[in-house]
Amino acid sequence: MDQPRRVTGKPRDLTSTMVLLIFTLGLYAFVWVWMAFNEVKRQRGERGAGGLLGVILMFPFVSAFLLPSYIGRMHRESGRTSPVSGWWGCLWFVPYVGFFIWAFVMQRALNAYWMGTDGPVTAADTYRSGWERVTDFELPPAWHRLPAKRRRAIKAVLLVGLGLLLIQFFGVWKDSALLLAALVLVLVLVPYQNWTIAGHRVGRWVVPGVVLAFAAAYPYYVSHMPEMPIFGPFPQVSTMVAMMIFSIMALGLNFVVGYAGLLDLGYVAFYAMGAYMAGWFASNQFSNQNLNIGAVGLYKGDTGLHFSIFLVLIMAGLATGIVGVLIGLPTLRLRGDYLAIVTLGFGEILPQIARNGDNLFGFNLTNGTGGITPIDGPGFGTWLHGHLHLPANYLTAGNLDSVFFWTALLLVLVTVFVSSRLRDSRLGRAWIAIREDEVAAAAMGVPLMRTKTWAYATGAFFGGVAGAYYASYKGGAFPDDFFFQISVFILCMVILGGMGNIWGVIFGACFLSYLDREGLSNVGSWLNGHFGPGGSDLQIWHKPLDVPLYEFGIFGAILVITMLFRPEGLIPSSRRAAEFHEGVREEYLYDVEHGAPISDTTESM
Amino acid sequence: MATTAHTETLARPSRSIGSYVMPVIAALLVALLAIALVLNFIDAPAYFVNISFIGLTNGAVYALVALGYTLVYGILELINFAHGDVFMLGGMISATMVLSVFNLKVGESPGRLAVVIIGALAVSMAACGLINTTIERVAYRPLRSAPRLAPLITAIGMSFILEDIAIAWKGPSYVAVPEVLPHGDVFSVGGVSYTWEKLIVVIITVPVLLLLMWLVQYTRQGKAMRATAQDRDAAAMMGIDVNRTISFTFMIAGGLAGAAGLLYALYFGQVRYDTGFQLGLIAFTAAVLGGIGNLPGAVLGALCIGFIQAYNEGLRHYMPGSDWTQSIVFSILILILVFRPEGLLGERTPEGT
Repeated sequence: MDQPRRVTGKPRDLTSTMVLLIFTLGLYAFVWVWMAFNEVKRQRGERGAGGLLGVILMFPFVSAFLLPSYIGRMHRESGRTSPVSGWWGCLWFVPYVGFFIWAFVMQRALNAYWMGTDGPVTAADTYRSGWERVTDFELPPAWHRLPAKRRRAIKAVLLVGLGLLLIQFFGVWKDSALLLAALVLVLVLVPYQNWTIAGHRVGRWVVPGVVLAFAAAYPYYVSHMPEMPIFGPFPQVSTMVAMMIFSIMALGLNFVVGYAGLLDLGYVAFYAMGAYMAGWFASNQFSNQNLNIGAVGLYKGDTGLHFSIFLVLIMAGLATGIVGVLIGLPTLRLRGDYLAIVTLGFGEILPQIARNGDNLFGFNLTNGTGGITPIDGPGFGTWLHGHLHLPANYLTAGNLDSVFFWTALLLVLVTVFVSSRLRDSRLGRAWIAIREDEVAAAAMGVPLMRTKTWAYATGAFFGGVAGAYYASYKGGAFPDDFFFQISVFILCMVILGGMGNIWGVIFGACFLSYLDREGLSNVGSWLNGHFGPGGSDLQIWHKPLDVPLYEFGIFGAILVITMLFRPEGLIPSSRRAAEFHEGVREEYLYDVEHGAPISDTTESM
Repeated sequence: MATTAHTETLARPSRSIGSYVMPVIAALLVALLAIALVLNFIDAPAYFVNISFIGLTNGAVYALVALGYTLVYGILELINFAHGDVFMLGGMISATMVLSVFNLKVGESPGRLAVVIIGALAVSMAACGLINTTIERVAYRPLRSAPRLAPLITAIGMSFILEDIAIAWKGPSYVAVPEVLPHGDVFSVGGVSYTWEKLIVVIITVPVLLLLMWLVQYTRQGKAMRATAQDRDAAAMMGIDVNRTISFTFMIAGGLAGAAGLLYALYFGQVRYDTGFQLGLIAFTAAVLGGIGNLPGAVLGALCIGFIQAYNEGLRHYMPGSDWTQSIVFSILILILVFRPEGLLGERTPEGT
């Protein structure tokens, strides 16, 4: 050979490949075999079996021997000794682990070949997520020749069809599934993006509008929905309330983590603060005071401070925002991981104060481990009820969950509005500048401390509002609700959904809090029903598996897998994704090595 | 002359009154603490010394865990959040070894006790070293060139995964270990008594610490670790296999956590899935207090935290009590990070440059 051969395959990371193989219980093997056969075929000058044939030949075990034999020949043809030969296919007959060992050896032999032909293919310092590393297989060229619109349509029809089939065979069918499918197809296929009315681009409001309308009507049609495979029925309205509240919290954390790029591991402190604000200002806690401002549903003989919950929401937000500023001022100078630890520290201290707060120098502030209960419900009072038919008292309303849900939805809307307006404001652009490069932002005149503190305060505000509302919904504030795991739970929502993207964060929050409330136990009962003791398919384990017990391990796994394979989240903001892939490094103005801020002279604390 | 004066003013920025506030407050706090301790000592001297022994023993266990944090931070600048949970798994492995495998009973003969403890120590250290290396390989190495917060987030995830592994293995309640260590007095003078189980903890800790110091200071591998900690790229150019060195560091850190797990299980007598999280944060505070990345600093910080905890929970006067231990430890952590992030000893890398 007088010129080096073109490299047609890419080395894949062994760990990611093995993790994917194991976590998909071997299903990824089909993709992997397809890619490997395709690459080998191209490399060997279009000789031998390609991807499709390779996958088909897996079933009579032919591929097991074929692939190592091809790889061996490939190595020998380029004048090297081969690490594998066709005999390696025998590994497939080793029970349980044989296939995985085989795949490991094959991938290593392929890597050795690809790395050896033209030297290393991937530059060492470009960061590629595991997701890209394992999904970089090529579709046939005919696919790429199709116009983009048609590709999108084909994908949508295939996916929706697949979804319908899954519901039909593994869920419980109701005809409303067809309506749902039709709606999704209409949203995807109709070119509404460019619709204008009198020059206003109304097209971009179609998706949010439809989603909002369907969310608002949810309590009316939930009982007519089909049951999903594995996950079971659609969430109840009470779960939807939690989903909305966690959406507010996740959007609040998104200000800090997503926009400003500061890791906050103590967000639960703000949540707790908001809940206790509701406890102080809307219950019998301070019984030597007696003040009633617009509260509803009071009994004779109720003492203490009773403010209307709507007022308390704002008060809680403001108070929590102030606490956020107080926590932020000394700590926000720290570098990223130190800041994370300090916020974690605050997140542990505040709940402990709540737990021990029944005797702070003789004063009962938080009622200790018993918590403050009952907390008043929201309500508009009899006058507004009579004139506008707004619920007089949520707790006595016939459709209790629904009114709580609608109010929460309204709060989410406000949060989304504030999020999107702030993101595009001068302040929001400053946050993003700091996230991307602190030094450059400071050089451009962005006041670091003030900007970061605003992010912190804004995030804290919404944490407080959500906490107060949740306390009112649950009717109490209990110290055991505020442990470190909740902070990670909310962080997980932001990271899984996509840092910095409003839609992504809401999706993450809804999905994870749904899992927390109903999903995991539904999945658990499905798994136990099929594979547990007396399972209908195959009895794999003999004691019922308590899936919700492993909740936080599952969330931990979500964090790890997201970071390894798709660090920008499921629905990323394009800007954040680019940062992850171009490897933006954080360089801090505060350097521990030299003990002091290097340059923070523009600041006045 | 004028230029010299000018340089001098540049070199010595004038200190405002505000810059004296923090040192004064810190000095006041330390003075208050000292007064409280002295008053307690005068009130009941023997009791105070006994409490100090408890603090020393706690500090020894914390030191082993804190060293793991500091080793990893020194080389990767990563807060290995999962480290506390590796320690917890070490405790569970040790409990299993001691109870089920070696079938140790209360009041065992000293010879068999020593053999069993050394055997369990070896198994626990090896297993934890392996676990820690695996975590590094799976969760941290692929992210080495990613933005800095990414590995921290996977570390938190790994921590939760390890806790769930413990739940799946031992269930969500405490694994109880009977008092297999002898509880007799080593010496007892005028109400001051030092018991055997405390001495055994120190007897096991000190050789492990000396071994670690020797390993980092005098062996080839230790030199490679120090070089990698100083400058990873330069070390790689000098022919050091950086990946292997980092793996080795994680193995050592895991081994220390395994030793600490054994001591914790035997001395405190109970391990639960969340033991590692709580103790890990305390040990991390110790590492930060001493100056993260600094090996002697971690030991010093751990002893300080051990004493503070024991005095807070044990002494009778002027102390907030065990309800507030966590808050006190985290307050120390926050204060140190905000006002003196380089820690007590003020150095960063393992070799102290």
